[in-house]
Amino acid sequence: MIQADLNIILPEILLSVFAMVALLVAVYTGKDKLAPMMTWLTALVFVLLGAWIGMSGGGDNVAFNGMFHDDAFSRYAKVAILLSAAAVLVMGQDYMQRRGMLRFEYPMLVALAAVGMMVMVSAGDLMALYMGLELQSLSLYVVASLRRDSVKSTEAGMKYFVLGALSSGLLLYGASLVYGFSGTTNFAGIIQAAGEGQTPIGLLFGLTFVTAGLAFKVSAVPFHMWTPDVYEGAPTPITAFFATAPKIAAMALLARVLHDAFGGVVGDWQQIIAFLSLMSMFLGAVAAIGQRNIKRLMAYSSIAHMGYALMGLAAGTAFGVQAMLVYMAIYVTMNVGTFAFILSMEKDGQPVVDIQSLNLYSKREPGKALAMLILLFSLAGVPPLVGFFGKFYVLKAAYEAGLAWLAVLGVIASVIGAFYYLRIVYYMYFGEETEGLDKSRSPVPHVFLMASAAAMLLGVVNLFGIEGIAEAASLALVN
Amino acid sequence: MIGLEHYLGVAATLFVIGIFGLFLNRKNVIILLMSIELILLSVNINLVAFSSFLGDLVGQVFTLFVLTVAAAEAAIGLAILVSFFRNRGTIAVEDVNVMKG
Repeated sequence: MIQADLNIILPEILLSVFAMVALLVAVYTGKDKLAPMMTWLTALVFVLLGAWIGMSGGGDNVAFNGMFHDDAFSRYAKVAILLSAAAVLVMGQDYMQRRGMLRFEYPMLVALAAVGMMVMVSAGDLMALYMGLELQSLSLYVVASLRRDSVKSTEAGMKYFVLGALSSGLLLYGASLVYGFSGTTNFAGIIQAAGEGQTPIGLLFGLTFVTAGLAFKVSAVPFHMWTPDVYEGAPTPITAFFATAPKIAAMALLARVLHDAFGGVVGDWQQIIAFLSLMSMFLGAVAAIGQRNIKRLMAYSSIAHMGYALMGLAAGTAFGVQAMLVYMAIYVTMNVGTFAFILSMEKDGQPVVDIQSLNLYSKREPGKALAMLILLFSLAGVPPLVGFFGKFYVLKAAYEAGLAWLAVLGVIASVIGAFYYLRIVYYMYFGEETEGLDKSRSPVPHVFLMASAAAMLLGVVNLFGIEGIAEAASLALVN
Repeated sequence: MIGLEHYLGVAATLFVIGIFGLFLNRKNVIILLMSIELILLSVNINLVAFSSFLGDLVGQVFTLFVLTVAAAEAAIGLAILVSFFRNRGTIAVEDVNVMKG
């Protein structure tokens, strides 16, 4: 029995053992001299584990009396998490090394955060949910303040910590109410307690608190205050990490809680999620207009994108979950490319974040400017590119679920949001003559930028087949 | 006779005090850490009360996990606080303002 359970969580065990062994090895041998090698090694482990999880057979395996689910949904999310984390680790390595920030703890903390995220997306019980979420959050607080000698980085870590701890508190309070009023922490038990007859009011309170706590983690409005500051303050490679893997994990966890534990009372949470989605889309679109700092701008952009992903969840159907999963995969691919570009923005060896520094960038580096143009159009959701299909999916899901008003408002928010993406394009192609940025030195971000832009073009054909996988994943979650 | 609702009332009060402590406090970051601890402990009271009321041990197991995580959380919070203090020379909440949204 225990043997079978352990087999199911083998990927998580291997990754955490790897992180701990690598930490010990680094402490007793080369310390920070090993950091670049460790970074590549961790990325390699991520890719191998991702491939293993992706290739492993189908089916729904449940371990530890329903604590842990290994189904198509969790496998989809895990593969996306591991691959995006690997991409971000590799492309930030050169940036961090040149600024003396690359400590050997960084890849290990990312690995431990990845273990937490894998537990989150597989959680079948409030306890597993909480432990996974905290393992991820605690690692992220530390990496946010990784640059100990920088005021901005430590302040980002502090803000993230205080608000993150508050959100964990809200989530836990909700979890305790859910436990009290359903008599169990197991999702399978909760869905039974919530489904029979009149749902107890305490359970609905619990549901609201849990949703609020998770909305913090996906940075949905009105729980988004930490996002711009943390994105600005944290070193850019770490910002890139925040914008990708943890977002998938938190969104997948939200989907799992809403459907696995509260799937019987869709009507009770649909309005909350629709409200969060609406607010996020509009605030993300409007607040970014005044931003000159590209990292803050990406923070608001990610808030808006989370709004669209939540729109898929608000539909409350299997198709909605599928739309959300497709949207998240596209979002992460676009963000990896965009952050690869931001990583290469520097002048005299110092990172630059002002969008006006991109004036007439296309004259100096036409290839990279074109790739960035494709990514920005895709982020804005301009039709021929893949980003459009992501939006189209969630809008369709919302429309089919009878949320036509939400879909219409989503289109309006998307049009408003297009303005600030296009402004960057304007600067790159028609801006004024100013001093340019340095030629980029490191080839790795360049490769990721080009690959991501190419994916935005080539994915138009069939979205690389992720629709079918996402559909299988959503059907595993929503019955 | 002290019933479940009394325990829930105490827990809810502590929870609200914790939330207010986070938002109204303008003085000191240490008070933020104490407020966070208060929130987590109010959850523990809730869990233990429910566990005892339901005659189900799971709530108490959950409490042990929460306690452990709360300790780790406090450790990390203090570590971040120390590095922040080294950079700024202050831990007043008003001074956590280099970046503004």
